Amino acid sequence: MGLDIRWPIGLLFSLVGALLVIYGVATMSDAEVYRRSLDINVNLRWGLVLLAFGASMLLLAWRASRQPTAPPESEKK
Amino acid sequence: MQNVQLGLIDYAILAIYVIFVVGIGFALRRYMKSSSDFLTSGRSIPAWVTGLAFISANLGALELVGMAGSGAKYGIATSHFYWLGAIPAMVFLAVFMMPFYYGSKARSVPEYLKLRFDERTRCLNSISFAVMTLFASGISMNALAKLLNQLLGWNYDISLWICSAVVLVYVLKGGLTSAIYTEVLQFFMIVLGFAPVVYLGLRDVGGWDALTQKLSQVAQHPAALGLTADTSKVFAPDAWSSAWKPLLAGPASNPMGVDCFAMVFGLGFVLSFGYWCTNFLVVQRAMAARNMSAARRTPLIAAVPKMIFPVLVILPGMIAAALAITAKDGYHLPPKTLDSAIYAKAIPAVQEAAAKNLSGADAAQLVSEAAGVKMLPDKIDALVKAAPTLKDKELRDGLQNAVAENNYDGVILSLVQKYCPSGLLGLALTGLLASFMSGMAGNVTAFNTVWTYDLYQAYIARNKSDEHYMWMGRFITVVGILLSIVCAYLVSHWSNAMDIIQLVFGFVNAPLFATFLFGMFWKRTTSTGAFLGLLGGTLTSALFHALTSAVGNVPGIKGGYLSVVKVFPSDMAQNFWLASFAFTVCFVLTLGISLATRRTKTDEELKGLVYSLTPKLKDEEQAWYLRPAVLGVVLLAGCVILNIIFW
Repeated sequence: MGLDIRWPIGLLFSLVGALLVIYGVATMSDAEVYRRSLDINVNLRWGLVLLAFGASMLLLAWRASRQPTAPPESEKK
Repeated sequence: MQNVQLGLIDYAILAIYVIFVVGIGFALRRYMKSSSDFLTSGRSIPAWVTGLAFISANLGALELVGMAGSGAKYGIATSHFYWLGAIPAMVFLAVFMMPFYYGSKARSVPEYLKLRFDERTRCLNSISFAVMTLFASGISMNALAKLLNQLLGWNYDISLWICSAVVLVYVLKGGLTSAIYTEVLQFFMIVLGFAPVVYLGLRDVGGWDALTQKLSQVAQHPAALGLTADTSKVFAPDAWSSAWKPLLAGPASNPMGVDCFAMVFGLGFVLSFGYWCTNFLVVQRAMAARNMSAARRTPLIAAVPKMIFPVLVILPGMIAAALAITAKDGYHLPPKTLDSAIYAKAIPAVQEAAAKNLSGADAAQLVSEAAGVKMLPDKIDALVKAAPTLKDKELRDGLQNAVAENNYDGVILSLVQKYCPSGLLGLALTGLLASFMSGMAGNVTAFNTVWTYDLYQAYIARNKSDEHYMWMGRFITVVGILLSIVCAYLVSHWSNAMDIIQLVFGFVNAPLFATFLFGMFWKRTTSTGAFLGLLGGTLTSALFHALTSAVGNVPGIKGGYLSVVKVFPSDMAQNFWLASFAFTVCFVLTLGISLATRRTKTDEELKGLVYSLTPKLKDEEQAWYLRPAVLGVVLLAGCVILNIIFW
């Protein structure tokens, strides 16, 4: 199928990750918010994980798109 | 369940997800050129995508929510649904069955039955499957709308229609490909949304060793958490933290109340192979793969996350039980939520008790009977004493506080609420929402294919142009979603509906694997044998259910309405034995009738459909690490190791 699913996955998680990081930084000094998550700023930390995941998906999609389309394993024919 | 306040950031994450799934639908629209593009993805998807969609279609929200509940209720033994009840069947599907599904060029599981046997078996299977998928998608959407209503205070009807509309848009635009792509998105959403919750929970409990130590307290006082009705029941200390020892000790020694044979044969063989190897909802994902080897790798790729999922779905339940037994930070298992219909009966009962000056256990009994749930006597006592001066709202709150039965489906949410600050909360809720919506999309895409190819094209309008079937595929997608909404309302208004539907699923699914096993591996199996065997197996399950019951159930919807011949220690044991019986009857009938009837299909016609008549696939051309048999053995070995570690 023409659309490489790694593009939307990468974009979605980069966006959500970036949002969480920004929110995590903005609420860094607010201890009250993170009392429930055992005083860990999970938004910042997990946001970074999501960002890394999203970026690596984008990288994979980008690499695949640069390669000349390899003929799919033609087993049917 | 108390309301949760979502912040702007949570809404933003939710909105981004919805925009993306709809966007995927629109982006795929231009690739939908024929009915097979729309209904079967034109067999063009790489294996890792179909593999993740395969597992995602199974990991609907009901599974996510239900397995966490079972983790609290039964402990680590719940993992039998994964390591025993899934992985072996997935490997079998990949290695032995996929060549026939994919190689026969059948577009659906019922169509395979038609090619192998005849129209009767196909008709029986496709109709029961179509009805089941509609109800499954209705149940999923009802649960979602109820959740949004209770958790966020959104209106039930609006939630139901809006979520269905989102699903409709992306399925209508991008067909099966859209559903598969969003399932992959959902897979990552769930894993990445719930992993931090599990991590925080485990850290809060104090790590794995502290968890097992607290679970041994749970095993010794299960009634303290309302896990067993019998207050004197005590289990061995490892009943929640080891998978096999309590099971081997017999049904009275494990919280599931199941014996070893029912577990291994009933769940591990009959139910699991019946589901994974014949259910078109999951098999459809593998059939959309771009070539035979991708199709065979699909279930194997799916088996890897399936094997690790207990960490994500069962562990939270165990954490919840451990937190609740020590009442850490006042945590308790979420109680059943009362609704207005129950209040309408319970509040007069409280007033009656107050008027009669009942107290303690008597008052609690009166109110419990009216409400239909168990109540804590001391809380009801206090409520009854204060009743004359209380307002309606306070009475309701008092009743809700006194509920003594657990809402196991709320376990995972109670942890999300406990640990997630704004931000992470949005991510976890989006994961949940995603899985409900893709539950609907998965069922609707399986339904529209079976309807268009197995019912409409086969019986109603043959030999029409492909445009016509494409149009029908789209049209029936809309109808399917509308019917799902009808089913959702049915289930929400008539609470017995859910039990009955799940019962019927069981009746239909239990014998099915015997039919496929014979069909694929014994060329002598005749069409009449298969049809009558399947019918006989289904009727056997209904009869078995009518004649047996489980401890603590009154004869009726839970079985035994004809007469009670045998009482099982638990519902689960009854269910596993039912499946075992239905399978055996279907097996014997198919075998006997096939031997007594004449074959209607020649060897030539069965080529590609039956094992002994199909040329063996040459796996040697592939790199050894890509061969299904090699991967299958590795997965099974991994499974054995996990079972030994958590023995």
